[in-house]
Amino acid sequence: MIEIDNISKSYGSFQVLKNCSASIARGEVVVICGPSGSGKSTLIKTVNGLEGIDAGEISVGGFRLAPGVSNVAALRRSVGMVFQSFELFPHLTVLSNVTIAQTKVLKRSKAAAEEKARSLLARVGLSAHIAKHPAQLSGGQQQRVAIARALALDPEVMLFDEPTSALDPEMVNEVLDVMTGLARQGMTMVCVTHEMGFARSVANRVLFMDGGEIVETAEATKFFDDPRTDRAKAFLAKILKH
Amino acid sequence: MMVDLSAIVSAGPYLMQGLWFTLQITLVGVAGGIVFGSLLAVARLSHNRLVAMLATAYVNLMRSIPLILVIFWVFFLVPWAIGWLTRSGRPVAVGASLTIFVTFVLFEAAYYAEIVRAGFRSISPGQYSACDALGLSKFHAYIYILFPQAIRAVLPILLTQTIVLFQDTSLVYVISATDLLGAATKIAQRDGRLVEMYLTVGVIYFLICYAASQLVKQLQRRLAFGVR
Repeated sequence: MIEIDNISKSYGSFQVLKNCSASIARGEVVVICGPSGSGKSTLIKTVNGLEGIDAGEISVGGFRLAPGVSNVAALRRSVGMVFQSFELFPHLTVLSNVTIAQTKVLKRSKAAAEEKARSLLARVGLSAHIAKHPAQLSGGQQQRVAIARALALDPEVMLFDEPTSALDPEMVNEVLDVMTGLARQGMTMVCVTHEMGFARSVANRVLFMDGGEIVETAEATKFFDDPRTDRAKAFLAKILKH
Repeated sequence: MMVDLSAIVSAGPYLMQGLWFTLQITLVGVAGGIVFGSLLAVARLSHNRLVAMLATAYVNLMRSIPLILVIFWVFFLVPWAIGWLTRSGRPVAVGASLTIFVTFVLFEAAYYAEIVRAGFRSISPGQYSACDALGLSKFHAYIYILFPQAIRAVLPILLTQTIVLFQDTSLVYVISATDLLGAATKIAQRDGRLVEMYLTVGVIYFLICYAASQLVKQLQRRLAFGVR
């Protein structure tokens, strides 16, 4: 489904991504973890072209990304993305947030888009809030709207860029529950996250990054129980200490 | 010297005609200025260097010369320019109203452009990413997502600029147009009623601008507490 082939990227003289390669199958759930500044967010953003690449090639389904390829609209339609800071449109209602791309990008009728939005908002448990504006919702609710907004375009792949990092602790689970539900239904998912419990129980595989490189790729349980590389061991020792 | 109220009353209808033209200039200036200004703002933020540079040059030029000079340029030079372009050999008359409307749109757009650009810059970069990630075209993103947020962010400044524009319309007297001030000047000189006329229009300008500025204040308060 997703083939990341030897990609590199630099900001000026600083290389954020160094010859990264990964392959993600349809229906697979992959968690990308690693210390901050290791290039996780940059890597996930290259998959839908939000970050360009300097070398290498990425293919997602039938679409191809390479240095200088700028025609990414069709690819973005089939890849949904959820951001750390939600990025809902503050001037639109919850319902409009979920319908806008359906009517403008997929040219669905207003009625069809609203029907789809209502069913997705019901699925993330927000039927009671469709007429509100984002500022009237809690962080966890906003993030669930953001997930519904991304799902509204029927993506084949969902990207999550630290979806729970901006949330109060008591709201983390409501978002993880929605993500777990999605994974169970067979969605192909790539998640940058620090939620190791989620990674262990839901992810099929873990990509561990450090210093712009993919240092270790392993099955989730194997990664946590028996990491191969020293860098992964040091990272896990730090975050799982408490 | 006595103030003669009857002179004011008898001048009323003519002054109202002048006021109507003043309001027309303001409306055209605001509508055209915001539309053209928003295009300039988007152009200035464009990744296309040439487009951004041309828009920046235009905005800086307009903001660096007095409005009165632009009025003269359009009034005296545009007829020659049209005459030259159409190879008719002599200037083609352009009506005073049209001159004024065009001038105000061209000039005010530069100021509105800077205000709208500030609005775009106040939007978090994540909103631009969200538009991209959803596959929205640049056009759709600007129309439905970015522009509404930008305008909301700068609405009070936008309205304040509009009040300034309303006052600036009085400069059209230099080409003898009959706006509110022009009408008052003509009557004042015909009847020798300078005090009455200039006091009256002063009061009219004050009332309209003061009311508008109070409206801006109200709006600012509502925007501060209301849900965006």
